[in-house]
Amino acid sequence: MGEAGEFVGLDNFTKAWEDTIFQTAFKNTVFYTFWATIFKLVLGMWLALLLNRSFPFKRIVRASMLLPFIVPTVLSAWAWRWMFDPTFSVMNWSLYHMGLISDRLPFLSDGDWAMWCAVVVNTWRGMPFFAITLLAGLQTISPELHEASALDGANAWNRFWHVTWPLLLPVTLVVVVFSVIQTFSDFQLIYVLTGGGPANSTHLIATYAYQIGVGSGLLGEGAALSLFMFPVLFAVVWAQLRSLKRMDNA
Amino acid sequence: MLIERKWKKWVYFYVPLAAFIVFALFPFYWMAVTAFRPDAELYHTWRQANATPFWTLHPTLEHVEGLLRTTAFLQWLWNTMLIAIVSTVISLICGTFAGYALARLKFRGSEFLGTAIFITYLVPQTLLFIPLADIIRDMHLGNTPWALMLTYPTFLIPFCTWLLMGYFKTIPKELEECARIDGATRFGAMVWIIFPVAVPGILSAGIFAFTLSWNEFIYALVFMASAEQKTVPVGVVSELVRGDIFFWGQLMAGALLGSVPVAIVYSFFVEYYVTGMTGSVKG
Repeated sequence: MGEAGEFVGLDNFTKAWEDTIFQTAFKNTVFYTFWATIFKLVLGMWLALLLNRSFPFKRIVRASMLLPFIVPTVLSAWAWRWMFDPTFSVMNWSLYHMGLISDRLPFLSDGDWAMWCAVVVNTWRGMPFFAITLLAGLQTISPELHEASALDGANAWNRFWHVTWPLLLPVTLVVVVFSVIQTFSDFQLIYVLTGGGPANSTHLIATYAYQIGVGSGLLGEGAALSLFMFPVLFAVVWAQLRSLKRMDNA
Repeated sequence: MLIERKWKKWVYFYVPLAAFIVFALFPFYWMAVTAFRPDAELYHTWRQANATPFWTLHPTLEHVEGLLRTTAFLQWLWNTMLIAIVSTVISLICGTFAGYALARLKFRGSEFLGTAIFITYLVPQTLLFIPLADIIRDMHLGNTPWALMLTYPTFLIPFCTWLLMGYFKTIPKELEECARIDGATRFGAMVWIIFPVAVPGILSAGIFAFTLSWNEFIYALVFMASAEQKTVPVGVVSELVRGDIFFWGQLMAGALLGSVPVAIVYSFFVEYYVTGMTGSVKG
């Protein structure tokens, strides 16, 4: 830092590519993005369908469902980390006293478990975004369509699959793209929950880039690591712009 | 209307909805309980019996007091507030003008510029924090509020522009044409006729931008070094874990108090926030 840099060509990139921790981080990022997006889509869609009905206190319920999305992620992630605490976990306590487990679950102390925990927390945080944006889409669908297909004998699942889903597809696609970008580049959640541990097994690209670039002060290598996100994100955005254009034309 | 049997409504509606509410809100409840629970009750291991596991009969303010006494929490709150407000105002001013221009003026490359802004707004902060750190250092802005007030607009301006561009497009052109016929200049018509009509859109963009900057983490983490310059998210993360010791009571008190202001702002403007959110994903 401070002195004039030296052009190193693609050295930083090849070095990153051969780094086994980076390879793990890359796999983790794909895993994390894939599962969290699926869960967010399924749960968010379900929640949107529930919120689309009329029931008492609807406005308050809808507003409070957005809280996980509003509150700073690092702060709510601390609450989750406390709930996952190895010794004082409220979840282990509850499960143990309900007689469901005889030994504590290794929420964040095992790499595989920790990745799933991160997926759960990310789902928790992002689900409201899906639910509210999909709800906005649902509200544009005329209820008469549903009534007509119900009269034709379609059950609830068929009505969803053949009426709601196709009409909602454009909104869904955009929301998924936004979410994939956010999740693929996520940093805060893992930084707080595991810090990339145990033994570097839960790093995402962004947290590893931070550890190398800022933690170890190797700015060039860190920047190269985070740039590995770019091709993936570029492809996602390109696909979105294309499909949006196609829908505009259709 | 579709008619539904009562038990069906319970199974398919009330039970799932209740489950969603518990899932969404339990972490906040737990945050609050922990923040007001005395240490003696807090550290019950997972195997121990516990008479009041999910609430406390001895609420205490010791963690809040400890937080205010041992850290610069109020200073962090002030920093976060100031930075969020300044960067939101900067972004709104730029976003309003840019959004109007992209929605109304026809110039070479206006279409391309619109797409480019959309793409800029999609670029995640984690891709840019290292190069920006370099720029901040070269400009000697590190560890000053300006480091964040000037970098937050890099993602807020594209967001506001995109959102307001969409909003301006929904305002009928006739409105300003009438004003122009009455002798107003283009600029005058924009400022005095169109902007007032666009207030709901500007408010949506502003609320959304405010929460985005309140929640921003990685830039604040990288650009701010000294304890009294930090924002709430960074301060809570970095100053409340000393060595290997987690001060869970204080951590949860900090998380709670850091969440409350943004939750209050949100609760006053729920509808605007939702408009901002749904607008942000519209193509």
